[in-house]
Amino acid sequence: VVAQNIFFGLFAAVMLIGGFRVVTTRNVVHAALWLVTVLAGAAAQYILLAAEFVAVTQVLVYIGAIVVLLLFGTMLTRARIGQEGDLDNRRYRVGGILTALVLLGTLGYVLIDHFSDERLPEDPTVFRTADVSDSIFGQYLLPFWALSFVLLAALVGAIVLARRD
Amino acid sequence: VLVNQFLLLAAVLFCMGVYGVIVRRNAVLVLMSIELILNSVNLNMIAFAMANGSIDGQTFALFIITVAAAEVGVGLAIVLLIYRNRKSVVLDELSTMKG
Repeated sequence: VVAQNIFFGLFAAVMLIGGFRVVTTRNVVHAALWLVTVLAGAAAQYILLAAEFVAVTQVLVYIGAIVVLLLFGTMLTRARIGQEGDLDNRRYRVGGILTALVLLGTLGYVLIDHFSDERLPEDPTVFRTADVSDSIFGQYLLPFWALSFVLLAALVGAIVLARRD
Repeated sequence: VLVNQFLLLAAVLFCMGVYGVIVRRNAVLVLMSIELILNSVNLNMIAFAMANGSIDGQTFALFIITVAAAEVGVGLAIVLLIYRNRKSVVLDELSTMKG
């Protein structure tokens, strides 16, 4: 339990620094790279929570595919890569900070009020990947089908939108 | 181990994502902030799956990852299209629909 807490703190610190840099850095490529640290930290937290299949999927899909897509998007939508002057909208900065803090206060109050004494089970039920697949292809088969069509439609739509004709 | 530490971490990440969506002017950076938000929700899902001894949270997290991949694909295609038409991905300049 102590080791779990130590590693939670370590990964949480990495994720918080990374997330902060994603929304404050002045370089689009650096933002994408900081996003990688946040996503990898999240994958590590999933392993701490005994969800190793989701962790592996997170690494493959997020770090492997989505970040690469974002970097391609960065590459294709601006001529030069490097320091950029105005990535932030200064007019909205105060409003953004206020919104985020109010939201954090509300969420934090609710969470501390409601979950402050709830603990994770000491000997948790361990789910194997077979259980995940049983759940997806059993109880959640219909959402899975719907999601397949969403993915197909999204990919076809993306190709139609992005191709030059 | 408290459930709350995971939930609070997710809440802080969520708020960072909201701040990024509001403040950033570059469309690609807004997409990255949306990824932060989706990840914080996923962290909640997994934490609750562990706390309740149920597999449903992991299934939902996998579904969310899939939807996020679809969202980024379409979103980046739209951003590329805007860039091709307007030579800019600065969101303030896309004000055609302003009354």
